[in-house]
Amino acid sequence: MTGYILKRLLSAIPVLFGITVIVFLIMALIPGDPATAILGSYATPENVEKLNRDLGLDKPLVTQYVIWLGNMLTGDFGTSFALNRPVLDEVLERFNATLVLAGTAFVLCSVLGIAAGVISASRQYGFADKAITFSVLIGISIPSFFLGMMMILVFSVNLRWFPVSGMWPIYGDRDLPALISHLTMPALALAVVATGVVARLSRSAMLEVLRQDFIRTARAKGVHERRVIWRHALKVAMVSIIPVLGIQAGFVLSGAVYIEMVFQWPGVGRMLVDAILKRDILLVQGGVVFVAACYVFFNIVVDVLQSLLDPRIKT
Amino acid sequence: MSAFLKLLARNRLALAGGVVLSVVVLLAIITPLLPLADPNVTNTAARFTKPFSEGALLGTDHLGRDLLSRLMWGTRLSLAVGFAAAVVAATLGAAIGIIAGYYGGRTDNLIMRGVDLLMAFPYILLALAIVAALGPGLFNALIAVAAVNVPFFARNIRGITVGIAHKEFVDAAKLAGLTHRQIILKEILPNVVPVIVIAMSTTIGWMILETAGLSFLGLGSQPPQADLGSMLGEARSAMIANPHTSVVPGVMILIIVMSINLLGDGVRDALDPRLKSGALSRPMAATRVERSGDIPETEGKGLLELQNLQTQFHVGNRIYKAVGGVSLNVEKGECLGIIGESGSGKSVTALSVMGLVASPPGVITGGAVRYEGEDLVGAPYGRLRDMRGRNVAYIFQDPLATLHPLYRVGDQLIEAIRAHRPISEAEGRTKAIELLKSVRIPNPEKRVSDYPHEMSGGMRQRVGIAMALANDPDVIIADEPTTALDVTVQAQILSLLDELRRSRGLAIVFITHDFGVVAQLCDRVAVMYGGRIVEEGPTTDILDRPAHPYTARLMACVPELGGGKRRLEAIPGLPPAVDRLPQGCAFAARCDRVQESCQAADVPLGGEGLHAVRCLFPFTSPQEAAE
Repeated sequence: MTGYILKRLLSAIPVLFGITVIVFLIMALIPGDPATAILGSYATPENVEKLNRDLGLDKPLVTQYVIWLGNMLTGDFGTSFALNRPVLDEVLERFNATLVLAGTAFVLCSVLGIAAGVISASRQYGFADKAITFSVLIGISIPSFFLGMMMILVFSVNLRWFPVSGMWPIYGDRDLPALISHLTMPALALAVVATGVVARLSRSAMLEVLRQDFIRTARAKGVHERRVIWRHALKVAMVSIIPVLGIQAGFVLSGAVYIEMVFQWPGVGRMLVDAILKRDILLVQGGVVFVAACYVFFNIVVDVLQSLLDPRIKT
Repeated sequence: MSAFLKLLARNRLALAGGVVLSVVVLLAIITPLLPLADPNVTNTAARFTKPFSEGALLGTDHLGRDLLSRLMWGTRLSLAVGFAAAVVAATLGAAIGIIAGYYGGRTDNLIMRGVDLLMAFPYILLALAIVAALGPGLFNALIAVAAVNVPFFARNIRGITVGIAHKEFVDAAKLAGLTHRQIILKEILPNVVPVIVIAMSTTIGWMILETAGLSFLGLGSQPPQADLGSMLGEARSAMIANPHTSVVPGVMILIIVMSINLLGDGVRDALDPRLKSGALSRPMAATRVERSGDIPETEGKGLLELQNLQTQFHVGNRIYKAVGGVSLNVEKGECLGIIGESGSGKSVTALSVMGLVASPPGVITGGAVRYEGEDLVGAPYGRLRDMRGRNVAYIFQDPLATLHPLYRVGDQLIEAIRAHRPISEAEGRTKAIELLKSVRIPNPEKRVSDYPHEMSGGMRQRVGIAMALANDPDVIIADEPTTALDVTVQAQILSLLDELRRSRGLAIVFITHDFGVVAQLCDRVAVMYGGRIVEEGPTTDILDRPAHPYTARLMACVPELGGGKRRLEAIPGLPPAVDRLPQGCAFAARCDRVQESCQAADVPLGGEGLHAVRCLFPFTSPQEAAE
């Protein structure tokens, strides 16, 4: 197992390398002069030239890339000119908030999605199946940002159950109950689409498994139907559900940007949108590389989980 | 194509989606012709007019612009951008996928590595990075959304192309001297287009959502031009006081995406042949029972007694009479063989006993199954579950498919015991090892923690037998337990079963298509054809003097080792389809002794003593049967 984990970690190196190349190339495409963007259109040519030299932008593209990559490997992601603060500090702080949001949404979408899918499949064509299928259809069709806005309108403004926005109360303690009351709505709004996708897939995976011979064997043994479904069938269905959970993790991680905007959540997505609008290139680069790298590592975790579940996978 | 449209139309939800989408698209197309207010004319005096007010059906927004007009123009823009993004992504993705799939080798490798790399990004993030580089704007958002969806198409289309590129007609085209370009355009592309269309129909909803999302963030369409996403984005700040400005564009996005999804699901379902055949149904915990007519009284024959059992499969309007009135019984310590070709109904008969016939589509429509006089067909699920494995246990055909692939065999054995009585983990393990020992698995202490895929076929079937023995049942129903095994292993398994029967006094129902196996193991044998028993009697009697022409022909199909010159004869024709059983004898069409009266009326099971036969003109001597 250790060997397998090591192998997967090693195989992530070229992917991470590729990610940095792509991000660098996309940013290099930027039309116009970053220094002008930073200094504004009234900057003198001398100042622009000096800033370009300071930023290393006068060097060839390959040299720029090597310097940028080398710096990143030593933990230096550069300095955000708009915030006048090291990119890594800012990204780490914002990423924490996103992780809380996306992590909660991910747990919600996994648990609710799988439960809904299993119930739906085990009552195929029954009332529960139809109700779930219909809710799932709405869930995957509604834009999360619109859903979030409507939730604020109903549950914050009208019912006053939850605060309107933010991660922490402006006054008062930053404790767990405060976090939960701020987190509930954004996490739910973010989880809805992913829950629908997971539920759909779980349903069809379960239907596929429930027709197989070993299910009949379990029934012939006299195993209780509840156990047949939630243990025997679900365990095998998980083999095809887990990779989709991996994809959904990427979806909630990046889809968090909409929810962060709607609920004023201080996450990395909102930071990226602000940085894009301000053309704060280093912050965008650093943020994108960081989040993508986290996602790559998350996928390794998914693969390892998969191999733990299915002994037939050669480790 | 018309069949496909018919299927699609039968799916009411898909039809509804299609109608709604058509209306929206039509309205979007004719928007410039409609008598609407100018969407960009501001009128700060009439800000936030409520819906249904004079002159503004849906009210006005924060600049006093007419919402209905902005909605229509915004819908037009969103649809156009979403559709354009889908077309761009599909075209580029398909081109990349076809090239990778067609040329293969290094080209394929290089391209797919790149595709995988793009897929390593959480894709909204990638779209953000692209917009960051190109700058905010609707056209740039379109490029970003299309770009992040290219890998999806490339991967799908490549998969299809690889399959096609090795087909005969492509080889033929190469031999005919066509260039690569001609082959791709004339041979590959037409076969890939349907896949592209389906992939588009399932993703276009996403693309509309994604472009709306980018616009919502302020990275898409720029004022005063507005698509649905930017309308929502602008309305957000006034959401609390004037929710209608948000609800109007939001609901429109929901309607569009939902109708596209409904239609897409309908298209997908209509193209999936498994849905029509009911192959995607989930079998319930016990077979459905819909008995009509009287339930036969017990006759007290044997431990397990089947009385006029009828099991059918209901698929669509068709009814397959898999088991058409079978009566059988088996005593303690007795081995009853059921023999017949595939599709003769022998397995369905066996599975009906404990309600294990997959349902839907299976239905038990008549008769009774009695265990010590108790009717199991009418028994509630709880009673049935309690008896499964404890009173009547099963051994199935293919031990790789019938054992759970992800549980250790020991755990599967312990579970079988635990289903009926509580035992501790340690006790269960001891018992599991004992069971493995009793079916002569060498080194059971180690084997108990094996997974099924780590064992050989013979070993797995021994585990299957051990599992059936776990609760000391009185009856074991073995459904072709040796068919998937090679001959030497087969012999071992058979002698094991025989020994267990003698030492434990088990009643065994042994289902097979092999007369050799019957001769070796069974006291009595029943021959099934077309869902009914055509001959039944003591094994030696039937082997020596088969009375039914079918039995005789079936025996003639078995090659005899060292048997010399006997001709090996296949039975001409096929068994009858059980949804269109002929009147009279089911075998008549393949029988060379057939007379007119055979097909006139139902042939009863008759005969003297223990040897019964369902034939009007049975063989009366072994010589006659052998000819």
